[in-house]
Amino acid sequence: MNILSFFVIIPILMLGALWVARNINQVRGVMVAGSSLLLALSVYLTIDYIALRQAGATAEMLYTASISWYEPLNICYSVGVDGISVVMLLLSSIIVFTGTFASWQLKPMTKEYFLWFTLLSAGVFGFFISTDLFTMFMFYEVALIPMYLLIGVWGSGKKEYAAMKLTLMLMGGSAFLLIGILGIFYGAGGDTMNILEIAQRHIPTQMQEWFFPLIFLGFGVLGALFPFHTWSPDGHASAPTAVSMLHAGVLMKLGGYGCFRVAMYLMPEGAEMWGNFFLVLTTISVVYGAFSAVVQTDLKYINAYSSVSHCGLVLFALLMMTRTSCTGAILQMLSHGLMTALFFALIGMIYGRTHTRDIRFMGGLMKIMPFLAVGYVIAGLANLGLPGLSGFVAEMTVFVGSFQNDDTFHRICTIVATTSIVITAVYILRTVGKILYGQVQNPEHLKLTDATWDERVAVICLIACVAGLGMAPFWVSDLISESVEPIIAVLMK
Amino acid sequence: MEYTLFILLLPFLSFLILGLAGMRMKHQVAGAIGTASLLGVTFLSYLTAFEYFTAGRTAEGVYPTLTPYNVEWLPFTNDLNISMGILLDPISIMMLVVISTVSLMVHIYSFGYMKGEKGFQRYYAFLSLFTMSMLGLVVATNIFQMYIFWELVGVSSYLLIGFYYTKKEAVAASKKAFIVTRFADLGFLIGILIYGYYTGTFSFTPAIGALAAAGTMIPLALGLMFVGGAGKSAMFPLHIWLPDAMEGPTPVSALIHAATMVVAGVYLVARMFPLFIGYAPEVLPWIAYVGAFTAFYAASIACVQSDIKRVLAFSTISQIGFMIVALGVCTSDDPHQGGLGYMSSMFHLFTHAMFKALLFLGAGSIIHAVHSNEMSAMGGLRKYMPITHITFLIACLAIAGIWPFAGFFSKDEILTACFQFSPIMGWIMTGIAAMTAFYMFRLYFGIFWGKENKELHAHHIPHESPLAMTFPLIFLAVVTCVAGFIPFGEFVSSNGQAYPIHLDMQVATTSIVIAILSIGLATWMYMRPKQPIADMLAKRFNRLHTAAYRRFYMDEAWLFVTKKVIFRCISTPLAWWDRHVIDQFFNFTAWGTHATAEEIQDMQSGNVQQYAIWFLAGAIALTIILLI
Repeated sequence: MNILSFFVIIPILMLGALWVARNINQVRGVMVAGSSLLLALSVYLTIDYIALRQAGATAEMLYTASISWYEPLNICYSVGVDGISVVMLLLSSIIVFTGTFASWQLKPMTKEYFLWFTLLSAGVFGFFISTDLFTMFMFYEVALIPMYLLIGVWGSGKKEYAAMKLTLMLMGGSAFLLIGILGIFYGAGGDTMNILEIAQRHIPTQMQEWFFPLIFLGFGVLGALFPFHTWSPDGHASAPTAVSMLHAGVLMKLGGYGCFRVAMYLMPEGAEMWGNFFLVLTTISVVYGAFSAVVQTDLKYINAYSSVSHCGLVLFALLMMTRTSCTGAILQMLSHGLMTALFFALIGMIYGRTHTRDIRFMGGLMKIMPFLAVGYVIAGLANLGLPGLSGFVAEMTVFVGSFQNDDTFHRICTIVATTSIVITAVYILRTVGKILYGQVQNPEHLKLTDATWDERVAVICLIACVAGLGMAPFWVSDLISESVEPIIAVLMK
Repeated sequence: MEYTLFILLLPFLSFLILGLAGMRMKHQVAGAIGTASLLGVTFLSYLTAFEYFTAGRTAEGVYPTLTPYNVEWLPFTNDLNISMGILLDPISIMMLVVISTVSLMVHIYSFGYMKGEKGFQRYYAFLSLFTMSMLGLVVATNIFQMYIFWELVGVSSYLLIGFYYTKKEAVAASKKAFIVTRFADLGFLIGILIYGYYTGTFSFTPAIGALAAAGTMIPLALGLMFVGGAGKSAMFPLHIWLPDAMEGPTPVSALIHAATMVVAGVYLVARMFPLFIGYAPEVLPWIAYVGAFTAFYAASIACVQSDIKRVLAFSTISQIGFMIVALGVCTSDDPHQGGLGYMSSMFHLFTHAMFKALLFLGAGSIIHAVHSNEMSAMGGLRKYMPITHITFLIACLAIAGIWPFAGFFSKDEILTACFQFSPIMGWIMTGIAAMTAFYMFRLYFGIFWGKENKELHAHHIPHESPLAMTFPLIFLAVVTCVAGFIPFGEFVSSNGQAYPIHLDMQVATTSIVIAILSIGLATWMYMRPKQPIADMLAKRFNRLHTAAYRRFYMDEAWLFVTKKVIFRCISTPLAWWDRHVIDQFFNFTAWGTHATAEEIQDMQSGNVQQYAIWFLAGAIALTIILLI
């Protein structure tokens, strides 16, 4: 059996096991076993993939397999991965693994919570391994729906409102997507849904002009494209910790991945026509998100706007359409996934103790919970792009790549986007200074305790990944850049 | 010279050890680990310097540029990548010696100064991190590696300034330092991007053809890089973070904010010097003007400050101004014809690092004794603290430019270079040198002479510091006494050829006479317990005095930009707009859908008569349309 299918089979088996689990220990056991298995699998896949490439495998995608699913429309369950999807699978499994530990003490209805959580991850994994447009779309929907319940039931604050808003906006995006996918399908001849096959054909230019924006917007909503980002602050603020982690860490990456793999790869002429328009929107996203984050007072809002800015940079880099910038975009997806997950995990842990996320009512936490506070500082430094941590590597690749376009329009966009590194420093240091340093604001907080072991597992794991990527980026960069090549070749034509 | 790798690895290891396990260690153990690694680094640096300079010159008469390591770290495009490596040439080796010496002294000194302080282990961990980053910066083989370590020194500086993190001022100062330098680094980054794109490499020695083809882009790139350098080296108007950075522990101020990190901008310009001279000579005078203005501006503020660390901070800014001016006045790369400034700038960097570190460590010793930074708490300390007094005096004489102390030689070379550039520049810088002598001796007399603060000392008599603190003072004082006689031009010069230093007697005499006059003036005004002249002047020129004391309101100006403009005029409206316009639009759409549904839901009433009416109406309407 194809190794990739295990990424879907394991979550399904986990669902079954969770279904019959009787108590919380069994639930936790299933989750730890399943998520470790997924992590091990993705690590193995990465190593094996690199080995295959070094042995001279030149196919665009490896481990391909295809089973017909619905003959009349030629829908297949076809899978395959290249360097980009390998990296995304690795990221997802890390987030699922750490997310499990971050929701260790979640109550009530732990079992149900993990059921939806696992279903969500099944959708995510399925999305990244699919090479069939329709199957991809199906997994995409599988990943979105559980989000509604996870936020609506286990969230906090205005959770029903936030869950509804998030779902409606993302579903709106899906509607565009579906039309776009049908457009691609018929444009490419109406006999295949396979991305690799469609890429070999030529979709009529006029159709590309119409369907490119639909797909790009559809995925862009999930990638927090301005002005369709407003679900993000409310959604993140209300979501429980691990859901925020998974959402910002992985789900938002589905957007960028889809924009690149489906919209740009299959419709290069559409990308050419619409590129500058969307580039303006993404440049706005980058700066607008950063400026908006400066004045927020809720920790999660700060991070949500910061995500708008950083995910904006992903789409920005993709639209710069050079090999380096696109490599940077994928690196930024990976890096942002890891560091935002770390951030949301820590915010959740702090919120679980202080019962407030308002930075005006916190202070001096460094004294009370040094472990969490140091973690927060590291996450912050990664976010503002400190060398040695992952953010720097990604941002620099993006900026150097963007600078390879030598016309004035792209230059201006690049320079505007680079200013975000300063604004990011402003809001990160402002938050760190307010909540961690200084005097203890609320005497009640003196009684609070530092992280428990399960929380430490999650935090240390993520810090190790962020630092590992930051200090040894070359292998990931090579892995991605090879796979970006064929897509860029299509775009450059 | 493969062992040079350990110069970077040792402090990195001690950072890891102290960072991960330090909190479980005893203070002494943690300090010993940090100091031991620094001892190793110092030994290796000296060994490198010794081997490098004794290995001799190449056939062209210059010292060779060695790169024992250079590995690709992050590939970008086919041409561009970031490499990590070690580059050895005269200036990087000089910096290795400076950094390791001062850092070692600070490590030893901190045993005494930080004794019993909470977070002692964290302090040593950060010191190791800083030393590693600073060493990595100076041995960088390409501009991007330099930028990486540039950011790392920035963050270590941030962590160390905010070391007393429960103190509000320290937190604010650390934030300010980071953000201001980050802002400047934006220029640096864009400069690097331009440089990399047009020359096709990040290394310091691009292909000649690429440079020629790049045309006006090279001056632009170098100019932007200088903005980054100006931020780190506290050039006007980006200097505002440095005085506030004095909130950090005093040994940190000595290491980072006096001797090493703040001269990174000078080092950057020196590193890019061949390109500046060859392809952007029109930028250099501007660098000189910025440096000269900063030197004057900072010196004038230093004359009226009352916090001793603030005086030293402004004096540092002013002295870095001297180094920058010296680089800026170069007109060729021949030290005999207009290229003297390069050598003198590096020489001054070297001597300044020693005597300014000495001044700061001396100030630390004083603060340790009287528990205050304010001059009003001091006065008459010379009899309580003899060692601190003598070493401080030596440093003051050195910075004032009195023969035979180190500062005399380097400053004299700078002034000579300035006079070669233009007499006006020469006289301006001589004037600033006079101000230097004046404010340093104002400080000296304020601390060690004058009226003793009996009230404060009644229940706590000041005492000399322990050996851990006095040893570094003595060591640095000895260096300050002899460093001037180093034949610096033999090692470092603008074109690499040996340059025998000779004093320009005219310049030397003028500067010594002026320095002595200034010291005399300071003695007359400040030596006695009562200072009627100084008070009278302060009253007479009240507004000027207040303005200088408030640093000519530059901080307020910046605060206006950040608080009022960015915070209140950009971010707040933007966030409001996001929540109340964009978001409300989507809410409105949702509401609209909902309201429409409410309105039209009656159509599905289940009432057959109603359906019949709609059916009939529709049929009639269609018929009419068809007929027309």
